[in-house]
Amino acid sequence: MSLGLGVRRLSILAGALVLLTACGQTTSSTTSAANAKSAADVGGMDALVTAAKKEGKLNVIALPPDWANYGAIISGFTAKYGIPIDSANPNGSSQDEVNAVQQLAGTTRAPDVLDIGMAVALANTNLFAPYKVTTWNDILDSQKEPTGLWFQDYGGYMSIGYDSSKVPAVTSLDDLLGSGFHGRVALNGDPTKANAALNGVMMTSIAQGGSPDDISKGVDFFHQLKLKGNFVPVQATTATVKNGTTPVVFDWDYLSAAHGADVPTWKVFVPNNAILGGYYAQAVNKQAPHPAAARLWMEYLYSDEGQNLWLKGLARPVRMAAMQKSGKVDSAAAAKLPPVNGTPVFLSADQATKAKDYLASHWAQAIG
Amino acid sequence: MTVATKPLVETARRPLGGGRRFSLNWLGAVPFLAYVGIFLLLPTAIVVGGAFVGPDGLTLSNLAAMNKPYIIGAFVNAVVLSAASAVIGAILGAALAYAVVTGNPKGVLRRLVVSACGVLAQFGGVTLAFAFIATIGLAGFITVWLQQHGINIYANSLWLYQLNGLVLVYTYFQIPLMVLVFLPALDGIRPQWREATESLGGATWHYWRYVAGPLLAPAFFGGMLLLFANAFSAYATAAALINQGSIIASLLIANTLTSEVGLHQPGLASALALVMVVIVAIVMVLYTVLQQRTARWLR
Repeated sequence: MSLGLGVRRLSILAGALVLLTACGQTTSSTTSAANAKSAADVGGMDALVTAAKKEGKLNVIALPPDWANYGAIISGFTAKYGIPIDSANPNGSSQDEVNAVQQLAGTTRAPDVLDIGMAVALANTNLFAPYKVTTWNDILDSQKEPTGLWFQDYGGYMSIGYDSSKVPAVTSLDDLLGSGFHGRVALNGDPTKANAALNGVMMTSIAQGGSPDDISKGVDFFHQLKLKGNFVPVQATTATVKNGTTPVVFDWDYLSAAHGADVPTWKVFVPNNAILGGYYAQAVNKQAPHPAAARLWMEYLYSDEGQNLWLKGLARPVRMAAMQKSGKVDSAAAAKLPPVNGTPVFLSADQATKAKDYLASHWAQAIG
Repeated sequence: MTVATKPLVETARRPLGGGRRFSLNWLGAVPFLAYVGIFLLLPTAIVVGGAFVGPDGLTLSNLAAMNKPYIIGAFVNAVVLSAASAVIGAILGAALAYAVVTGNPKGVLRRLVVSACGVLAQFGGVTLAFAFIATIGLAGFITVWLQQHGINIYANSLWLYQLNGLVLVYTYFQIPLMVLVFLPALDGIRPQWREATESLGGATWHYWRYVAGPLLAPAFFGGMLLLFANAFSAYATAAALINQGSIIASLLIANTLTSEVGLHQPGLASALALVMVVIVAIVMVLYTVLQQRTARWLR
């Protein structure tokens, strides 16, 4: 009897010891995950994968499944690492993401990772944790914050997409003022609210003789569209394109080209005199409830696999040039990108600020 | 226990307090007061406070921004839209309610109309906007069918996606709401009063001018003001229908809260909400004044 008891006691003790060491390991690796500035800080990729699997979940926000192939990226991540993803508010704006980080801070529902427009990224760097993905050096210096608070992910050029079975071919912006476009032309959102729409008006402005410093020509153009009855004040979505409410849409070329899946006669046009580029950025929430999974997600997005998935969604991944050099790029997907001839323009932070201030006071009047 | 003993102490301390006993009646109002406090007063206080807060602390700049033309425009549009849909809704709703009341009070028609109104008065928001988009929207099936027969309802302007369109869509929930709030008042009118008017030699005109009209006026205008507030605060219907320009105040508030291009200004949103509160307060004061005047007839 007493011997049995002794053995049991011993085994309990041993169990407790094992538990203790296990606990010790978990705490040490997750604390370092929350502060890790690279995969090496956690002890390499394998350690990061283990830590992330232990957390068992990843919260993402504002990632529409039909936007830049995010549907496939989310299921690809879960398939590869067995970590389920909770995708909140898929149609939210970048500001919605930041609001969620602030309002859900400290809860397990807070977003772990963010995919945001540059204006919002620059305004909220205090919410982000610095992190450098393994492929950090492939990202151009102009496309990342030096400590890794944010780093650009994918982008494209502003374009005019149209259903060639409903409207005449578009070869210049002025075509849109014609009678064949009555009640046809839409933006992807309100330019005082949505980044894609702001860039749509800016591209118009550049094509109409304005400059990145002057968006007024674009606002004037949309005023003309409105007077002709050609402008539709509806947010263009996959649904409105499919049902024909918005047969002409100003949008990023990668989003626009994706409409071709629903509407075979969908064409994408980028005016040669106004090639306006735009990139979104990734950031890790400083208070991420799943810090290791958040960092693993970044590693996945910036791996060749993740970058090629974006490319399949017709977005231009930030490592594309480096991958073309190394031959890792999915050349079939790259060949499907809409052709662009000319030198692209990128808005600086000052130019974006100037543009939004002008829009705030003039947009409602121009199209109201 | 403490609750029960306190009043005893109070009464003992003031035995000559006008001979009144301390009453526990107020306890019954506690849930109501708590409800009003949490869901009405607290949010109002947050809005009022927020209106004076900017990115760098306390400021008056949010209120100073209220004179910008695009903000004034949004308020003018909201008032015009609410007033137009309230007047149209009140007149048509009252007429419908009168038609229902003149029929059999227990008839099928009345029961049908009342329950339909109960449903339709709540049929606002995205569902209502979708119903209009799917039928007479740009690619709606009625629009397309008419186009195939040579009629383009959007030949001159895309009116459904403008203020005019919102007036039409809003009346869809305003009329049923008016029916619901106006029916009880009509039920209060007794047929004997009409008979009395006639026995005194009055015609239909005299009856409406001197008897029914003054009696129904407070309920009618009260209903109209309710419709005004209903339309003024509506958001989802307009948001689902019109995406551009934030043409009414409630849309403008949403935009200043969610803008991702750097126009995210929670303080400005609070200031806009404060102005909305003030406008509704003015409407309520007008309503009280109006009711005091018309209530004379009911004494």
